[in-house]
Amino acid sequence: MHFGPHLLLAALEGLVTSAVLALTALGLSLVFGVMRVVNVAHGEFFMLGAVLAWAISTAISGHPALGFLAALVIAPLIVGAIALVAERLVLRRLNYNPEATIVATIGMLYIIQQLALTFYGPEARPVEPPFSYRILLPWFGYSGYKLSIIAASALLLIATWLVLTRTKIGLIMRATQYDSETAQAFGIPVDRVYGGVFALGAMLAAIAAVLIVPISQAHYLMGQDPLLLSFIVVIIGGLGSLRGTVVAAVLIGLSDGIISMFFSPTLAKIVATLLVAMVLVFRPQGLFGTASR
Amino acid sequence: MSEASPAKAYALHLGVIALLFLLSFLLPDYYHGLLARIMVLAVFAMGYNMLFGYVGLLSLGHAMFFGAGLYGAGLAVIQLGWSVPLAFLSGIACGAVLALVIGLLALRTTGVAFMIVTMMFAQVFYLVILYFSSWTGGDQGMVVPQPARVLTFGATALDLTNPTVRYMTALALFSIVLLITLGIVRSRHGRVLVAIRENEERTKMLGYDTFSNKLAAVVVSGTICAASGAAYALLFGYVGSSFASVQYSILPLLWVLLGGAATTLGPLIGTLFMYYVIDLSSGYTSAYLLIVGIALILLVLFFPKGILGSIRQRWLGWLP
Repeated sequence: MHFGPHLLLAALEGLVTSAVLALTALGLSLVFGVMRVVNVAHGEFFMLGAVLAWAISTAISGHPALGFLAALVIAPLIVGAIALVAERLVLRRLNYNPEATIVATIGMLYIIQQLALTFYGPEARPVEPPFSYRILLPWFGYSGYKLSIIAASALLLIATWLVLTRTKIGLIMRATQYDSETAQAFGIPVDRVYGGVFALGAMLAAIAAVLIVPISQAHYLMGQDPLLLSFIVVIIGGLGSLRGTVVAAVLIGLSDGIISMFFSPTLAKIVATLLVAMVLVFRPQGLFGTASR
Repeated sequence: MSEASPAKAYALHLGVIALLFLLSFLLPDYYHGLLARIMVLAVFAMGYNMLFGYVGLLSLGHAMFFGAGLYGAGLAVIQLGWSVPLAFLSGIACGAVLALVIGLLALRTTGVAFMIVTMMFAQVFYLVILYFSSWTGGDQGMVVPQPARVLTFGATALDLTNPTVRYMTALALFSIVLLITLGIVRSRHGRVLVAIRENEERTKMLGYDTFSNKLAAVVVSGTICAASGAAYALLFGYVGSSFASVQYSILPLLWVLLGGAATTLGPLIGTLFMYYVIDLSSGYTSAYLLIVGIALILLVLFFPKGILGSIRQRWLGWLP
């Protein structure tokens, strides 16, 4: 293959990564933005989504699309419920103290990871894609399913944007993010908003995982990479800014895809991580909004 | 921390050291080896405690300092053929230089950003180890051969693979670091650090240079962690990338929280306790991560001051 088609393939792969990353990072960004909680267990909610998708799609026989659609609906709901319980039992009792919640979510990470290992096992397991149509480009055929991931992610992002900007729920969330004490004084049930946002964040990660699992298999350690990349996206994109998150996700996904194809994936990760750390060091206030915590 | 009894504090610490010395002759083989390992890792926890406990800076990247010591010493012995004392110093030097650089960069941020930045630098360090796998052995790691772990002073040779020598070396390192920590904590610099933890703005207003005090704390903390890593490589003969992974940044946090942050003996108690909990429970279940996770959550919910921190609060106000 020549350079041009090679680059196109790298870009397409990068865009698929971006699509999944944007959804995962959006969940992290919402939780961080509204609740000021750094959810270190976010990657494990992603992993749970993938593992549950495998469990659901193997439990349902018949056409693979049936199992996949069921997983797409049920897995995020289960993950959201788990997140809600965790928020009620732990985070609320800590009064959302930033440092205590970091330690607590690290604890959640270990618990979820160990439970997945115990009940699901150490194997990586595939989920059949709902359809396997190949789109023929002049140089190579490309998986239609991968393109549909990009479309699905775009639709979900637009839907989230509409909810945040055009509905009462979105208004309440933005008010809580802006000033939770004043919001409370105006009768907004801040506790319930926090619970809902935490569950929503986890559900977005789970949806992203269900979308990716037909091309990358479910594994109990798969949550680590998305967690780190989501951190990067949230920092570059700026706190709670949906547009920033999408732009940063596309940027990171594309550069990761292209650098990994032409150089080594490890080198790509080293460069990206170092760059972002430097950005955070030299422009913390500009990227975090007004305050750093 | 009351002023009344510096002698009491020093007596307690010397008593702990003496107890550990006596235990060397009493313990059965298995626990003898385990305690040597715990003492080396407690040094790691003490280094972490310098920064997290006394300055209140939550770092999620201390595995990189432990790793710097581990690889600084391990590579010097394996690839360059240096002698044990030189390799140990090289490990410490690597940690100190790295801590200075990371401190200069990361201390520009505070709070959550500091945590994320340190985690990212540590991740870069970990990936660099994997990237240069022809030198570092990648995720397989390297074994330090037994002949390279013998200290020679003229005619006498100390074999670090001998259990007794290993235990005494670990105890020596532990004692030195414990007394250094105690000294720092009781010094003027130590008080400034606690003042920064309690209220950085006010400390600055009182005319203290908070940045250079914090930087000094990062360097001391990183150097102690590197000393622990270097000792680990030389005493236990294994250098592996898993010691530089995120998990080894989280473990010292857990040990310190459990034992009691901002207490000099807390790291030892936390490490000891956690090691025994895991050791005992692994007889019944392999799910040790589950125990670590539950311990973290329960600690932060119901026991935020840790074992020694609670004891100090209720009964022994003079504990340093």
